[in-house]
Amino acid sequence: MSDYKIHLLVCGGTGCKASESAQVVSNLKKEIESQGLSDFAQVVTTGCFGFCEKGPIVKIIPDNTFYTQVKPADAKEIVDEHIVKGRKVEHLLYVDPDKNEKVSDSKGMNFYKKQIRIALRNCGIIDPENIGEYIARDGYEALGKVLTSMSPEEAIDVVKKSGIRGRGGAGFPTGLKWELTRQTQSDVKYVVCNADEGDPGAFMDRSILEGDPHSVLEAMAINGYCTGAGHGLIYIRAEYPLAIERLKIAIKQAREYGLLGNDILGTGFNFDVELRYGAGAFVCGEETALIHSMEGSRGEPTLKPPFPSVEGYLKKPTNVNNVETYANIPVIFNRGAAWFASIGTEKSKGTKVFALAGKVNNVGLIEVPMGITLREVIFEIGGGIKGGKKFKAVQTGGPSGGCLTEKHLDTPIDYDNLIAVGSMMGSGGMVVMDEDDCMVDVAKYFLDFTVEESCGKCSPCRIGNKRLHELLDKLTKGKGEKQDIDRLINLSNVIKDTSLCGLGQSSPNPVLATISNFRDEYEAHVFDKKCPAGVCKDLMTYSIVDENCVGCTACARACPVGAITGERKEVHFIDAALCIKCGACMEKCKFNAVIVK
Amino acid sequence: MSRIKFELRKDQIDKINEICQSFNNEAGELINVLHKVQGTFGYLPAEVQEVVAKGLNIPVAKVYGVVTFYSYFTMTPKGKHPISICTGTACYVRGAEKVLEEFKKELKAEVGETTPDGKFSIACLRCVGACGLAPVVMVGDKTYGRVAPEMVKDILAEYAD
Repeated sequence: MSDYKIHLLVCGGTGCKASESAQVVSNLKKEIESQGLSDFAQVVTTGCFGFCEKGPIVKIIPDNTFYTQVKPADAKEIVDEHIVKGRKVEHLLYVDPDKNEKVSDSKGMNFYKKQIRIALRNCGIIDPENIGEYIARDGYEALGKVLTSMSPEEAIDVVKKSGIRGRGGAGFPTGLKWELTRQTQSDVKYVVCNADEGDPGAFMDRSILEGDPHSVLEAMAINGYCTGAGHGLIYIRAEYPLAIERLKIAIKQAREYGLLGNDILGTGFNFDVELRYGAGAFVCGEETALIHSMEGSRGEPTLKPPFPSVEGYLKKPTNVNNVETYANIPVIFNRGAAWFASIGTEKSKGTKVFALAGKVNNVGLIEVPMGITLREVIFEIGGGIKGGKKFKAVQTGGPSGGCLTEKHLDTPIDYDNLIAVGSMMGSGGMVVMDEDDCMVDVAKYFLDFTVEESCGKCSPCRIGNKRLHELLDKLTKGKGEKQDIDRLINLSNVIKDTSLCGLGQSSPNPVLATISNFRDEYEAHVFDKKCPAGVCKDLMTYSIVDENCVGCTACARACPVGAITGERKEVHFIDAALCIKCGACMEKCKFNAVIVK
Repeated sequence: MSRIKFELRKDQIDKINEICQSFNNEAGELINVLHKVQGTFGYLPAEVQEVVAKGLNIPVAKVYGVVTFYSYFTMTPKGKHPISICTGTACYVRGAEKVLEEFKKELKAEVGETTPDGKFSIACLRCVGACGLAPVVMVGDKTYGRVAPEMVKDILAEYAD
């Protein structure tokens, strides 16, 4: 960075852009210019800060002041007060909800205290559209080191020793994957970056690509050198226009600097990267399906072996790694395998990025060391449950994972522990649910997703998941039979055992996990025809509490089917046979007299 | 399935062929070609798929198979203001379903349908990545965060012209 005394970093991630952060940037720039401060202060659009709940975020360097929920209209005040007079704009500072104190430095915020940022090291710090800023933060140093001072075998050994495992979900050791691709003899090999982030509720890969695209390019080049591949392909969702744009800029700049293309850094190593676009299919996150999609076909998976490391894209050996895995690689080389391996648990090294979302106070993107507990993530970093409600469960691994409950709050999070308790790491979606969420409904929601996303190639997944969904639907409609819970378990196990690819093998996980943790809730749906959380519409009955009803007639007037009767100033009554459970009466009642059970 | 017959003009056929050529008429580029063609026409009716198939020298069935496999490709035209309701997990647990119901009720259209006047179409998408703003709705390129069912009427009113 140049001679500017003050840098104003404004988040340009998708979440903040949706709340007008681009307008904040242009207003700040205008204000700085009109006050003649252009040589003194600089506005930088960065990648995601992670604290999406309170976006748009503006951070001021060097004093680390962290402004939250900045509106375009606040730009003038920030420049007038902070930049010119050196006074903090108090009303934009984050307020610690526990102590009710304003926190100005982000380091003092609970949200950031326990985080270790490796994959996200540059997100929210550098301008992703400027390669110079990446290089200033040790960018491409690892590539230089590997190309000039290490043999491919030595470099692979570093990755193996670091203990890093695939961040896409399954946790396959990355170094071993590289070695397998290296060992396959072939004239042409490919290195692929899987940026087909399909888990609904996970957005870490996109944030890395938007905030620090060069880290992925650098790691892919290192991977190419190690495995003997000269071509890199990034398979990215077409739904991520901003990430695509930033990648294109990054690739162009890297080529201009001689960091991609022929004879990289004068070492004779050739490597270039191209983009391939996905078109919206969850199954394409599976590596064989992804490869077929890149070849222009339907993204249907094929049986492994042969593994892509032997026969992949265009039948050539192909090494597929996930975005987050790549983002870790340069740091492993810069700081050493031993340093990386010192973070985390015995079998899961380093950090993991999670997209913390749902009923939690601080929604956002977090990077925490492996081995952290769920309690720390939800109650310290996440700031607890929204609206002071009771924590019920957290879904990890998206539609392929399972839910963790109160009894798992102190389990250290790593690949193996999550599998042991019936969930999985997945790509890092972490959706928090509270007492108002019905677990049968949540399982149905995920099955709804799987049914839609099943590619249809193998029958256990295509038909089995459909049947699972029907059974769950029956339960939520109050038509469950007593054998249905066992039917769900049996069918789930059959689908898991017989499906062709990871999608089907894991799709019943949400069902099995919710049954094993919340069997009472399933039983309430089947035997009592009740939904304890009050979500399943068909199982609810609306009634009026006599003591609270003042006879204002608001509910009767709101009822679209005339199910409510009662004279003025007298207690009203809901006819359950006529009620369509629309909830209009409950919304209108000012006296909390309408209840739902 | 009943649908409007789509008559391609010569310049439109030329445009598709031009796109195919820009990818060297390679069959492996089918998905990239379809992205470009949909970007031009807004959707991919059967007639368009036939021209693409000819251009890349592959069976129409293969093109149709790919178009119907991926959710990004559509065979029905979208409305002038396409509405996408995020039904990712984070939005779902924060009430996206109720918002979706409200849009369906207001527009009297189902998911995947376009209103008869061609103004709005409703679609669901999985995760925009703005989970901090859940539930999220997109109308065209504009994102609306923390949408409650009561806000639906006001959002639609912005597009009354």
